[in-house]
Amino acid sequence: MSNPGKLITSSSELDLDRPNIEDYLPSGSSIQEPHGKLRLRDLLDISPTLTEAAGAIVDDSFTRCFKSNPPEPWNWNIYLFPLWCCGVLFRYGILFPSRVLVLTIGWIIFLSSYIPVHFLLKGHDKLRKKLERSLVELICSFFVASWTGVVKYHGPRPSMRPKQVFVANHTSMIDFIILEQMTAFSVIMQKHPGWVGLLQSTILESLGCIWFNRSESKDREIVAKKLREHVQGADNNPLLIFPEGTCVNNHYTVMFKKGAFELGCTVCPIAIKYNKIFVDAFWNSRKQSFTMHLLQLMTSWAVVCDVWVRDIISVRAGLKKVPWDGYLKYSRPSPKHRERK
Amino acid sequence: MGNTSSMLTQYDIEEVQEHCSHTFSQQEIVSLYQRFCQLDRNGGGFISAEEFLSVPEFAVNPLSQRLLRMIDGLNFKEFVAFLSAFSPRATLQQKIEFIFKVYDSDGNGKVTFNDLLDVLHDLTGQFISEQQRKQVLIHVLEEAGYTKDSSLVLSDFVKILGNSGLKMEVEVPVD
Repeated sequence: MSNPGKLITSSSELDLDRPNIEDYLPSGSSIQEPHGKLRLRDLLDISPTLTEAAGAIVDDSFTRCFKSNPPEPWNWNIYLFPLWCCGVLFRYGILFPSRVLVLTIGWIIFLSSYIPVHFLLKGHDKLRKKLERSLVELICSFFVASWTGVVKYHGPRPSMRPKQVFVANHTSMIDFIILEQMTAFSVIMQKHPGWVGLLQSTILESLGCIWFNRSESKDREIVAKKLREHVQGADNNPLLIFPEGTCVNNHYTVMFKKGAFELGCTVCPIAIKYNKIFVDAFWNSRKQSFTMHLLQLMTSWAVVCDVWVRDIISVRAGLKKVPWDGYLKYSRPSPKHRERK
Repeated sequence: MGNTSSMLTQYDIEEVQEHCSHTFSQQEIVSLYQRFCQLDRNGGGFISAEEFLSVPEFAVNPLSQRLLRMIDGLNFKEFVAFLSAFSPRATLQQKIEFIFKVYDSDGNGKVTFNDLLDVLHDLTGQFISEQQRKQVLIHVLEEAGYTKDSSLVLSDFVKILGNSGLKMEVEVPVD
């Protein structure tokens, strides 16, 4: 039997080729490991591969990352139900209007000072930048206040230094607002449509944020170039990247994109974990518009979250790691991936 | 079961149970229905190949293309029937029949040398040359008393796989 030996080499080549995925998948190998002698029955027995396939159809870890887990119903109880009704009345009748008011006031203050600063201080770049920074921090604080956000920070405040990037896990767009409230970061973000897009192109532009459009391939290089320039500049705002590239549901972190780690900078991780007692902060951008998401947050009791700076993200916030690329939410693996398997 | 109502009635559950010859419990069928609705993104009442491939763990499976030919456009009843071979309650015979069907791509009840070679190709990809695959296959076939030209039928599969301790079980998560 000359071939089983060859089989072994190729299967170990295969392992070298994709080491990390292998760790997570069930160990049913698609290539028969020749225990002594390869027999027809071993060759015909494709059950491990089939079991894997059927297992994926029944339940898979990837879909679970993006499922908004429905909250356990707790209010169907004769004692709790009236209380819950009062809660709803209170949240929609009193909390929500007052929050809208807070947010509106915030916007009025913000816009009335931002517009003059932006146009009148054209000559004084340094001063203008500084003022705009604090204004953005201000409006973000108003946003957080409008959900009664209770944010606990752990670790040192991010400082402005060249050659450093911050990376954070991504549950919702409000991650950005929460972090921005702490220090004005420059963020790299997908260009959004609607009013969010308008904000992006006008106000956040001044923070030195970088936009990209996934669907445009040329964009990649331009963004990469901009990124590189940005991290070199000493007085630019600290750069914040969400390397998962998409929102994940607060229970998992998916595979990080490597881009953030290739800039040759110090990488400072930030971990955000929302407390689900009051509201599920996961924004499923395919199902819900951002406006709806904000409304949902504004009609809830409070948004409670913890932010850790500089620590190993998943371990710290108690998120489970899965090897999937978050981008697969939008597309499916190419045949190339399958071939390699 | 062509409709896409979000709830299964007791009657529906029993009907599906009947259809998969009681390999799944009623709770498991309810769970499978939730999963079915989750996979059926456009709510058409059936799952297309595209929708199956949106599960990356499935899409990277070496046999996914072959399986897709069997499962493209399944409605819920067929979906459960397809998975029933993986139930711990399914008999060995049912499991072997399923494996046979995977090999027998043209469905003529015979598995030829080329059928075997195709599956082996799916499993090994470019890591082994076509020549090597053929050699291995001829070798093990002859060792088991067949030749390159013999085509295997279901009873051959039962004979070959019958006492090999086949383990092909998938647990349906029930909450």
